[in-house]
Amino acid sequence: MDMTQAIILTIMTAATPLLLAAIGELVVERSGVLNLGVEGMMIMGAVAAFAIAQLTGSAGLGALGGLLAGILFSLLFGFLTLTLVANQVATGLALTILGLGLSGMIGEAFIGLPGLKLAAIEIPFLSDIPFFGRLLFAQDPIFYISIIAVIGVNWFLFRSRAGLRLRAIGDSHTSAHALGVNVVRTRYLAVMFGGACAGLAGAHLSIVYTPQWVENMTAGRGWIALALVVFASWRPGRALVGAYLFGAVSIGQLFAQSRGIGIPSQFLSALPYLATIAVLVIISLNRRMTLINTPASLGKPFVPER
Amino acid sequence: MRIELKKRENISSLFSILSPFIALGLTLIAGVILFVSLGKDPVSALYSFFIEPLTEVWSLHELAIKAAPLILIAVGLSVCFRSNNWNIGAEGQFIIGAMAGSILPVVFHGWESPLMLPLMIISGMIGGALYAAIPAFLKARLNTNEILSSLMLVYIAQLLLDWTVRGPWRNPEGFNFPETRNFADNAVLPRIIETGKTHWGFGFALIAAIVLWFVMRRMLKGFEISVLGQSARAGRFAGFSDKKMVYFAFLLSGAMAGLAGISEVSGAIGQLRPVISPGYGFTAIIVAFLGRLNPLGIVAAGLILALTYLGGEAAQISIGITDKVTRLFQGLLLFFVLGCDTLIHYRIRLVFGAARKGSAA
Repeated sequence: MDMTQAIILTIMTAATPLLLAAIGELVVERSGVLNLGVEGMMIMGAVAAFAIAQLTGSAGLGALGGLLAGILFSLLFGFLTLTLVANQVATGLALTILGLGLSGMIGEAFIGLPGLKLAAIEIPFLSDIPFFGRLLFAQDPIFYISIIAVIGVNWFLFRSRAGLRLRAIGDSHTSAHALGVNVVRTRYLAVMFGGACAGLAGAHLSIVYTPQWVENMTAGRGWIALALVVFASWRPGRALVGAYLFGAVSIGQLFAQSRGIGIPSQFLSALPYLATIAVLVIISLNRRMTLINTPASLGKPFVPER
Repeated sequence: MRIELKKRENISSLFSILSPFIALGLTLIAGVILFVSLGKDPVSALYSFFIEPLTEVWSLHELAIKAAPLILIAVGLSVCFRSNNWNIGAEGQFIIGAMAGSILPVVFHGWESPLMLPLMIISGMIGGALYAAIPAFLKARLNTNEILSSLMLVYIAQLLLDWTVRGPWRNPEGFNFPETRNFADNAVLPRIIETGKTHWGFGFALIAAIVLWFVMRRMLKGFEISVLGQSARAGRFAGFSDKKMVYFAFLLSGAMAGLAGISEVSGAIGQLRPVISPGYGFTAIIVAFLGRLNPLGIVAAGLILALTYLGGEAAQISIGITDKVTRLFQGLLLFFVLGCDTLIHYRIRLVFGAARKGSAA
């Protein structure tokens, strides 16, 4: 493998958890729900995946555990915001605080242990294609899932009836309800999908990207994923572009740190966060595009009338 | 079984008062379940977590020291949240306030003037307010989501502090430890009473809570904050400017967080270190909600959340459970608070059996 390939590969690995978490949240927000707890669901996915991989000796089961942990955590959010119509912003924050605390407790026993790594799957023949084969067809399973998720969600949202219903709910839950669409149930499903994606994204961190458990290892990636959804103006394809741009920024700064180019490492570490703000600003400059794409009911509480 | 909500005609004043207490009770029950599942005796665990820190005078002082930043930040945030501005970057404003306030005692070390402390406090507040002005400007001018921008600035502030104390501000006589000089005596916030460690940060917190309570209850500004928070459109008809309110809310809460930061550094730590806060800026969000966004309620809530910090440390020593349990309790508490607040606006009915035909379940 040559140097260019190696760099592109690390960028892809850094981008995968961002992409997956962003795609999940994108569906949640398209249904009109703002779940700010992505960071909390991700860190729960990370700790669950690591712990289960350790206990069972199987990284695959670990990934599954991360996914389930994300779903369970998202149900907590769903119960509060959808059933009890609690404030979505505050509940999302609560989910993040709770996740960081609980994962720290669970993970304490696993600090410093060598982790298990999810094995790559080489697709026969395709992985032999020069240059691109190693990059695209010899990757870990979660990478494939992230790409399938982009294509699948794009098809679902814009080509399927169920996706149309989901978008209708996101744009006006009262009208959708009047037309007989089950708003609360659809939103529960969307929130659970978001939880599954965030959980799996967290699992990617602890069993693929850096196979170990470190407290707070998500380091704001859940929040960056939330920003990516805005950047993508709620379109899956643009989320892919955004996630890979961010992957490039974060790998670029690591690369610069290791080369020691005379800029303090803290400034380089701040780059992804600065980039997030810059991206949010650039997107909000184009107000018309934001207005057209933002789900109109985003974050608004809904109580079905009987 | 389903849960149905029915909107109350008026908000329930009974549950407005009761809901924080119900939430506290539920958190305690969750604590019992947690301790039992960890194989600990729940009674002694809860005792060492929530009662023991209250039994000694020195630990009561610790409680006041920990409550001070929580209350200061949370009263600022309550104005923000009431006006529907979601500043969740108070942790960053706390750090920048602490740094701005530390310029005098660190860079101008040895400057002996009675103006030292007042200037430190003022620059701390200005630092916090200016840092909060960034998301405010982006929101008011460009409509940029303030939740994400204010949060990203937390990470940036943490890295900036880390660089400063390892780089330009490192103590030249400090054996290369990542710390600044110790503040001189005239730069240390005095104690409120001579016999205990509680410093004036706690006094600032009480003053801020009372002043803001008065503003919110008795002055036009408080009314403006609530109206714009509930409906920006209605507020505009009344001649209030929602853009100005964005600045007002962010600058005020930033200044409060900055004041908390410089008070903590000057009164409790005495120097800058790479980490100066165990997440006060985030815990203060819980404090604000537990206090029902009422400045006086926030004083009580701040003391309770401060207790969870002390309780975590105490429980780690006496019954050997990790102090991570503190964050868990804090998160659970916020969950229960938010859930119980539903009772204020809705009647909750449990419906057994299948959903009626034609009704959305």
